[in-house]
Order: sequence, then structure tokens, then C-alpha cells
Amino acid sequence: MTTVDTGAPAAEATRAATPADRPPRRELGVANVFSHGFLMLWAAMTVLPLAWMVLSSLKSNGEIIAEPWGLPEALRFDNWARAWSTAHIGRFFFNSLVVVSGSLSLTMLLGATAAYVFARYEFRGRQVVYYLFVGGMMFPVFLALVPLFFVVRSVGLLGTWPGLILVYTAYSLPFTVFFLTAFFRTLPTSVAEAALIDGCGHFRLFFRVMLPMARPGLISVGIFNFLSHWNQFLLPQVLIPGDGQDRMLAQGLSSLAVSQGYAGDYAQLFAGLTIAVLPVLVVYVAFQRQVQSGLTAGQLK
Amino acid sequence: MRQGRLPLILTFLLPPLALYGIFVLSPYLQAFQISTTDWMGYSAQADPVGMANFRTLLNDGYVWNALKNNAILLAVVPVVTIGLGLFFASMLTMGGRRGRAGVTGVRGTSVYRLVYFFPQVLSVVIIALLWKEIYSPTSGLLNGALRAVGLATPAWLGDPRFAFWCVLAVMVWSNVGFYVVLFGAAMQAIPRDIYEAVLLDGASRTTMLRKITIPLLWDTIQVAWIYLAIAALDGFILVQLMTNGGPNFSSDVIGLRMYDTSFGSENKFGYASAIGVAMFFLTLSVAVLALRTARRDRIEYS
Repeated sequence: MTTVDTGAPAAEATRAATPADRPPRRELGVANVFSHGFLMLWAAMTVLPLAWMVLSSLKSNGEIIAEPWGLPEALRFDNWARAWSTAHIGRFFFNSLVVVSGSLSLTMLLGATAAYVFARYEFRGRQVVYYLFVGGMMFPVFLALVPLFFVVRSVGLLGTWPGLILVYTAYSLPFTVFFLTAFFRTLPTSVAEAALIDGCGHFRLFFRVMLPMARPGLISVGIFNFLSHWNQFLLPQVLIPGDGQDRMLAQGLSSLAVSQGYAGDYAQLFAGLTIAVLPVLVVYVAFQRQVQSGLTAGQLK
Repeated sequence: MRQGRLPLILTFLLPPLALYGIFVLSPYLQAFQISTTDWMGYSAQADPVGMANFRTLLNDGYVWNALKNNAILLAVVPVVTIGLGLFFASMLTMGGRRGRAGVTGVRGTSVYRLVYFFPQVLSVVIIALLWKEIYSPTSGLLNGALRAVGLATPAWLGDPRFAFWCVLAVMVWSNVGFYVVLFGAAMQAIPRDIYEAVLLDGASRTTMLRKITIPLLWDTIQVAWIYLAIAALDGFILVQLMTNGGPNFSSDVIGLRMYDTSFGSENKFGYASAIGVAMFFLTLSVAVLALRTARRDRIEYS
């Protein structure tokens, strides 16, 4: 209620006073070139590292060391093959895919059901339970790390995928429930009432009527959760210790980087990174609008 | 109509609550308790020592060193990231040549928006490993360029003077694109005629940004501030993978301190939990402080 209100009427007055077809002021060409330059510079700074990564993944190790900026003489896709099988990136990729599809499904199911109850049903202590639940968003994961390790170990799930799936889900629930509760509250109540009067049960009402209506919200929060699960590093590092082949992609890449330090196989590391980046990037470019709105909505709520 | 209500509430609420209680709530509560013990390693032996861990913490030079780095991150990263984010976002939404359409973005806005967002979909691990190679003294992209134009080629991550700032730069790099999109979306919600009116009044572009855009975007900026502040207090993955805190602890951060104390070189779980508790209160107070200092009257488009 400050600047705008005082500014707008004044501007309105000016507009009324001057002829409507007054030509707009000339744009300063220099400023435009200047700003365009900055925009392009940042775009280059974003694209260049990624382009360099892909190019380097196709070079020989000699080429990488001798000429960081050089183009590959021949496209050596055998780097990719080496990363995929020798460094087990393919295996790690598959592991991550399995775990994330499990944790994402579970997060969405439990998050949607809990959010639905919080949004649509009155019961005693609802507020308290809700805030206790959603409060989990505020805590840094670091604090829980040590006890979490022992909790997971004591239920016998240390070093297992189900353990990881349950933990991912548990830590995503607060935000998911928070987001979806707000979303369910925006949905009209009349449809639900009509369905109940028609004799629809509470369970059927949820799965057949409310869940389909909540689709946009589910997609946003689903994208948000997918990326955060897929990119998770700290939790698997603690919960799947050791250097077995059952680890996640992020862990596999970081140990590939460590072993690259000894073996000097740069090309294999770049190939591994490229294999990990390209699918995510392709999906992002294809669904740019959804991904951007999903992630920004996730941050704003 | 009432029947079926209770079973639904129970079946829908109990599994998530159980999961949350076991894996989230109980570890957090335990952390506070563990922080007052001298629990070492994987033995069952844990004696209560009261506040001794926190007293050690106050005199631990490594922790203070790490904390100093987090403080620098906290002072620099949000300001630079939000500044660049606002600058680019305002270019993209209203930097265009003023034609008959009034205030528009520059040409190619959608392409910029697509590209700027790239780092956001990459995992931090990949960003860290890629930039570690870019900073590599011999085969890196950066030194390759510097060598080509005949400049000095520092060891970057291997140099205690630069290592920390290199990590900080990557932190900014990986965040800016997200805030460009976030601020851009918020700017698009500002009614065009406000800008057109101010332009007719002869306001310059900087005045427009300072007097119109930023006040109207204040809520969004505040959220960005809090998130970036929390991110600045973390920084663990980037630091661990790029420098592992080195050389000579020059790029250490508090998260890495805690990780090394519990799962790295030592297994002092009691002490590590004390660091965690300290981090928790630090994060909380920074968030509250950011909320407090950034509070302003809410502006609505009327």
C-alpha cells in the first residue's frame, strides 16, 4: 500500500494530460547492447560447462589434458561404454530409478491421503497434528543424521533399498502434505457433497473424485519430489554405506570421481556425468513449463 | 453419511504419521539427547556429560573456522544471487525495446529462461564434480582459457587463497537461474499499466526497478532470502566433493565438520550431535531474523 498507490493516480493524470499517441521515448541503444551482453554472458556460463562436459566425454584422455578447449578428433563413444559397464554407472542409474520410483509413489500416496484428511475432515487435535507434521520442514536433515543411522539400523533396514525408500518418503512428507493440504482446500466442496449424497463411500470419493481433481497439484509436487529424491546424496551416503553395487547414482558418480583421481581416466568421468545429466536434461526441456512451475511453486508455498 | 468417516481418517493418517514419527521425529528428538553424551564410535557406551560438548564446541578452533566460512557464505551468496536474479529477470520481462506494446521482455526470453534453469535440474553432486574439473589446474576449462590469453593459471581449488571463493562462485552459479525464473514469474504478475504509467512519467529503468519492481516483489525476495540463507549455512555437498574442506581447512563448512566428526575421520556421535544442535539453532535464528528484518507492509495491486 505504499509506492504504487501514490504513483498510479499521478501517472493517470499525466496520461490524461498528454495526447495518447505521443511517441514513446527512444530506447538507448547502448543500454540495450549492454544488457543483452550480460544476458548472453550468463547463458554462455550456463551452457559452456555442460557442453564442455559432453565434448570431453567423447575425447581421449590425451586430448582432454593437452587441450581443454579442443574438439575431439574422433567421437569416442567407448568412453560411454566404459563408464556404463566398467564404472557401473548403468547399474547405479537403474538402482536410482528403482528407488526413486518406489519412494515417489509412496510419497505421493501417503502425502495425498494425509493432506486430504487434514484439508477435509474435522477431528479433535487436527491442528496440533498438522503443525507437528508440517514442522518437519523446518529442521535441517543434518541434525537427524546420526540418530537416523541407528534408527534405520535397529529396524534392520540399513543398507537396503526399502530402508532408503521409507526414509526418502518420511522426509518428503512434511512438504508434500503442506502443499497438498493447501491444494485440497481450494477444491470446491459441492462435488464431494453431491457424491456423498449419491451414496458414494468416503474411500471411493477420494480415489474417484478428489484425487483426479487434485491432478495439477499432484504433478507440481511430484516433479519437486522426483528431483529432490533423484538428486539425493547425503541420505544414501549414510544409509547405504560401503562401496557395493547397490548404491545410488550420485554415490556412484562421486566414487567414480575419486577413482578417476588415481587412474587419470578423465574421459570416463565425463562420460559418466554425461550419462547422468542427459536424461534429466531431456525430460526438463520436454516438460519445461511444468518443471519450472512445479519447482517455483514448491519454493513459494 | 457419517459412517466410513473414521475408518478413512485412520487408514489415511496413521501410515504417514507412523513413518514420520519413526524416521523424522524420533531422530530429531534423539539428537538433542545424544548431544549431551560422550557417545563415541559404534559402542553402546554413552554417558551423560551435560553441556560439556557445547563447552568444547565453543573452544573448537576448527568449528569456528568452519563457522566463519558459513558466515561469509551467508553474507555474500544471498545478496549476489538475488541481485543477479533480479537483474536478469527484469531484463527478461521488461528489458525489451519499447514499442507500441509498452513494456516487454528482450527477444529470446523463453530461450534464456530455458537455459538459465539448467543448473536447477542437475544434482549438486554433478555440479560439484563438473566444476571440480573446470577448476582443474592443468586440464580445466578455466585455466585452458587463461592460458590461451596468456594470463597466470592458479591452482584454484588447490590454493588456500582461492578454494573457498571458487566454491562460493559455484554456489551462486547453481542458484541464479532458479531465482531468475522465480522473480520472472512474480514480475509477470505485476500489472503492465503500472510500468507504462511510470514510464510516461519519465522514470528511468533503475528507478522503475527500485521504486516499483522491488517493493512489489518483496514477498518473493524475502522467501528467496530465507532459502538462500539456509543453503548458505549448509554447502556441505559442494565443499565435500570439490575440496573436502581443504586445502588446510580453508574452505571448511560446519556441515562438513559435523559429517567428518560422525561418519568421517572420527565417530564422535555425541559431539557431532552437539554441532548439529548448534546448527539447528543457528538456522532457526537466521530464518527468524530474515523474516523479521525483511518484514514490510504487504503491497497489493489495487
